[in-house]
Amino acid sequence: MTDKSNDPNQMTGAAMIVRALIDHGVQHVFGYPGGAVLPIYDEIFQQSEVEHILVRHEQGAGHAAEGYARSTGKPGVVLVTSGPGATNMVTPLTDALMDSIPLVCITGQVPTHLIGNDAFQECDTVGITRPCTKHNWLVRDVNDLAKVLHEAFYVATTGRPGPVVVDVPKDVQFAVGTYHPPRKSDVHVSYTPRVKGDAAQIRKAVALLAAAKRPVIYSGGGVINSGPEASKLLRELVDVTGFPITSTLMGLGAYPATGKNWLGMLGMHGTYEANMTMHGCDVMLCVGARFDDRITGRTDAFSPGSKKIHIDIDPSSINKNIRVDVPIIGDAGNVLGDLLQVFRAEAKKPDIKSWWQEIATWRARNSLAYKKSNDVILPQYAIQKLFEATRGHDTYITTEVGQHQMWAAQFFGFEEPHRWMTSGGLGTMGYGLPAALGVQVAHPNSLVIDIAGDASVQMTMQEMSTAVQFELPIKIFILNNQYMGMVRQWQQLLHGNRLSHSYSEALPDFVKLADAFGCVGIQAIKPGDLDGALKEMIKVKRPVLFDCRVAALENCFPMIPSGKAHNEMLLPAEATDEATAAAFAGGKALV
Amino acid sequence: MNQPASAYFLEERHDPNETHTLSVLVQNEPGVLARVIGLFSGRGYNIDSLTVSETESHKHLSRITIVTTGTPTVIEQIKHQLDRMIPVYRVVDMTITGRSIERELAMVKVRGRGDSRVEALRLADAFRARVIDATTESFVFEITGNSSKISQFIDLMRPLGLVEVSRTGVAAIGRGPEGM
Repeated sequence: MTDKSNDPNQMTGAAMIVRALIDHGVQHVFGYPGGAVLPIYDEIFQQSEVEHILVRHEQGAGHAAEGYARSTGKPGVVLVTSGPGATNMVTPLTDALMDSIPLVCITGQVPTHLIGNDAFQECDTVGITRPCTKHNWLVRDVNDLAKVLHEAFYVATTGRPGPVVVDVPKDVQFAVGTYHPPRKSDVHVSYTPRVKGDAAQIRKAVALLAAAKRPVIYSGGGVINSGPEASKLLRELVDVTGFPITSTLMGLGAYPATGKNWLGMLGMHGTYEANMTMHGCDVMLCVGARFDDRITGRTDAFSPGSKKIHIDIDPSSINKNIRVDVPIIGDAGNVLGDLLQVFRAEAKKPDIKSWWQEIATWRARNSLAYKKSNDVILPQYAIQKLFEATRGHDTYITTEVGQHQMWAAQFFGFEEPHRWMTSGGLGTMGYGLPAALGVQVAHPNSLVIDIAGDASVQMTMQEMSTAVQFELPIKIFILNNQYMGMVRQWQQLLHGNRLSHSYSEALPDFVKLADAFGCVGIQAIKPGDLDGALKEMIKVKRPVLFDCRVAALENCFPMIPSGKAHNEMLLPAEATDEATAAAFAGGKALV
Repeated sequence: MNQPASAYFLEERHDPNETHTLSVLVQNEPGVLARVIGLFSGRGYNIDSLTVSETESHKHLSRITIVTTGTPTVIEQIKHQLDRMIPVYRVVDMTITGRSIERELAMVKVRGRGDSRVEALRLADAFRARVIDATTESFVFEITGNSSKISQFIDLMRPLGLVEVSRTGVAAIGRGPEGM
């Protein structure tokens, strides 16, 4: 046998994991130790290139990594132990799969000889996470570990990004084997994501766009995922064509909210002008969005008169919910670049003046209007004030899930991509607080705010302790209406106002809670309190829990009622009790 | 009809169903079959029949043949969903290509004496089924063919003392000189 003791690539599995992280440029890992990952934690202890952020619950690590990934474009990395460590990761993995967020999650596993024995803290991690990852691996041989880790990073970050899990038994972490740096052959030959769009399809698309009388661009999270270049190209396309543009929840920021062609978000709680434009258009260009049910409303009445162009990197997104006329499979940025080139060479800006006039009449309905009050803080007003107060700051926003999330999307203007982190597909309450942690780790000098609800924020509240430990000055701006507001809204609209278990009784005193965590508590009760309180929140360089008491029974409008199409929105001004009852009559079906 | 209040569109669409045979070439690695089956159960697709075996061991390739039923939209989704799995090389819809041969093998146990025993043997001969086990009161027939031929044979055996059947599920291959 040859002597391998001097070979620098001979190392333990645990050392390989840390080495691979370094080789992939990973600077931060979010995790929680446990029996089956102790060898890896031992390696982490003995180096300084990778910083480990200790969370309070594995779910927090997952969402923090998601926030980190979404605000940087780099993969988020998570390290958790076997059994409960792995099962606690199921929610963030599913969340990342739905929203196409690149995560690399390394889980410890019981030693190989105990697998299948119902050992302590054993679970079938690859079995449990198979449907909630893009791919996963159980590594049984230390000599496969380097290849699998490199492949894991490649799979997570290329094509349609997503979460991956590498499950490493403890004996494999101890075993010594040969490491190799990343190389091309580490990847499944069967995995070949398509980046470049088909030229003939792009030409067809340009022909449709050039002849459009009533066009609309509908963009989504795919544009954000593609990187800043894609957002730049999208803006160029809007300029070159003069088309109106709307976006999904996930796509906010790709086109600036102050841009003159911006219609606001579309879908269930989108603006009236965005949904009417979608409904009445003759050509729709969908870029990096997937015709989700929250977007389309009733599918058989969705944008009935339009030719649809769909750019998506995932072929399974094409024709899944809505049949399209010109599918283009490829990366949003890559295809947009080609499309622009062809458009510039072969087409002129179509004259769509009358279409813009029609849109102006929809805009004039002012669908985001709400009744202001001098006595109580309206949640919409709170977001507007927050937006004003943060202007000029380098701001990142995360949210939880519910009414506050929709109000944030409606009233907070995003000028740049990667500034808005929210759980769109899975709708995970408890996402925003840990996601804010991850964002703050990646951007230590920026202003990171979690726009939260009083119910959601309690789901991952323990991560405030992480914020304090790592001196991450995240701001948790709680719109406290003492309800699960969206649940209550639906019970009111769809279930005869029987408010079953949607009232948050026995809420903690958030200011005292902040004190207990060792962070800063701020409260605002009256509209007049807001300016000063917000100023204080932004000024203080420590984590803040901001208890913003808002009107308890405010509902989120506009809204596409059940079983209705885009052109049948319920506007706030018209949402009288009778109109609401009529719109939801029968309680049948969609949205 | 008065449906319960819901956020979702509850009316089911009734496009006609089609049956398709899909050939899926996959990397033969642990869990690959679980991935494929999990996809079908997780997304509510049907599996009418499924066969799998390693076909090129030096390349670690397995071939999975799936017979599935769904609307044309669902069938298209199934193919895309399969194709985007990391260990899947290719998905070919043998029904759309129209140039494929499908075969299934079954072993059929029949118990009986006297006339029914003679009749079973005669029918087996007509179907080109072979006797692969026999006792004085039973036969095990081996039969290959397309699924409907096998089903027909089994139906004929039922009154003659059918005991049990083991079917392999459908294997399919394209005609002509080209591989998939």
